[in-house]
Amino acid sequence: MPSSEEIFQKVQAALVDALGVEEDEVTPEATMVGDLGAESIDFLDIVFKLEKAFGINIPREELFPDDILTNASYVKDGKVTEQGISELKARLPWANLTNFEQNPRVQDFGNLLTVNDLCRYVATKLG
Amino acid sequence: MRWFWIDRFEKFVVGKEAVTIKNVTLAEEPLDDYLPGHPHYPHSLIVEGMAQTGGLLLSQMEQFLQRVVLAKVTKADFFFVAQPGDQLRLTAKLLGRQAEGAFVEGTVEIDGKKQAEMELTFAILDESFGKEPFFIPRDLLRILRAMRLFEVARTEAGERIEEPQHMLDDEQAYLASHPF
Repeated sequence: MPSSEEIFQKVQAALVDALGVEEDEVTPEATMVGDLGAESIDFLDIVFKLEKAFGINIPREELFPDDILTNASYVKDGKVTEQGISELKARLPWANLTNFEQNPRVQDFGNLLTVNDLCRYVATKLG
Repeated sequence: MRWFWIDRFEKFVVGKEAVTIKNVTLAEEPLDDYLPGHPHYPHSLIVEGMAQTGGLLLSQMEQFLQRVVLAKVTKADFFFVAQPGDQLRLTAKLLGRQAEGAFVEGTVEIDGKKQAEMELTFAILDESFGKEPFFIPRDLLRILRAMRLFEVARTEAGERIEEPQHMLDDEQAYLASHPF
């Protein structure tokens, strides 16, 4: 099992390659979409790079819970319901949803994912 | 202008790897128009040739029914220019594939020397992008035959692959309705 630092370095390298950003831009707190400018197609590229770097398999739904965010039982008036939040926490135990819970607008979910979240996710796959 | 930037397949291993040949000739408009007086084959068209090589490798996995588009050039490094008279050998390796897309690593050689290397991400379009196929099946079949894809294509076990039935059916239906 690689150390947190080793995981961060590999994730950082994957993001530098996939997004054409500078190494120092890829901080643990940086958000993938807002800070690093990732677009939807970039995530496909990032997933392939992480799978290769760590020798893991990343099913789409583990990183992108579209099925929850488009499920009428979990979304009301454009916001994720309490039940939906519970589902998200169960699906994405590595993600920090604290801020999202304050105002859980579905449209904001896309910009939640940080570099640190991605590192924690990789660690759960390796653990 | 015909938008074919590969001439023929030299190798095709289903779901794994495809190798194509592209002969560069001064007869092609982009050669001299691109930088008058210094004819060379534009790098962007080499990327397109790799996208065609990798895209067909990917599309064949679903009998050429999938609509595959080049979504992103993650990396493309060129080490020297390709000139009239050169023959490019493009190798596309399929490194990963998911429902939404695929990742291809490509290398280009001229006379055994690495001329370029690249990483391409392809998107596989779903019905939210419409349902129309990109190509009329009989037309694509004709192009694939011209490129000798079915002559060289093999499965990993070394078995030949057949021309897809839906393409043959489309061709037959067309010929039946357009007698000579």
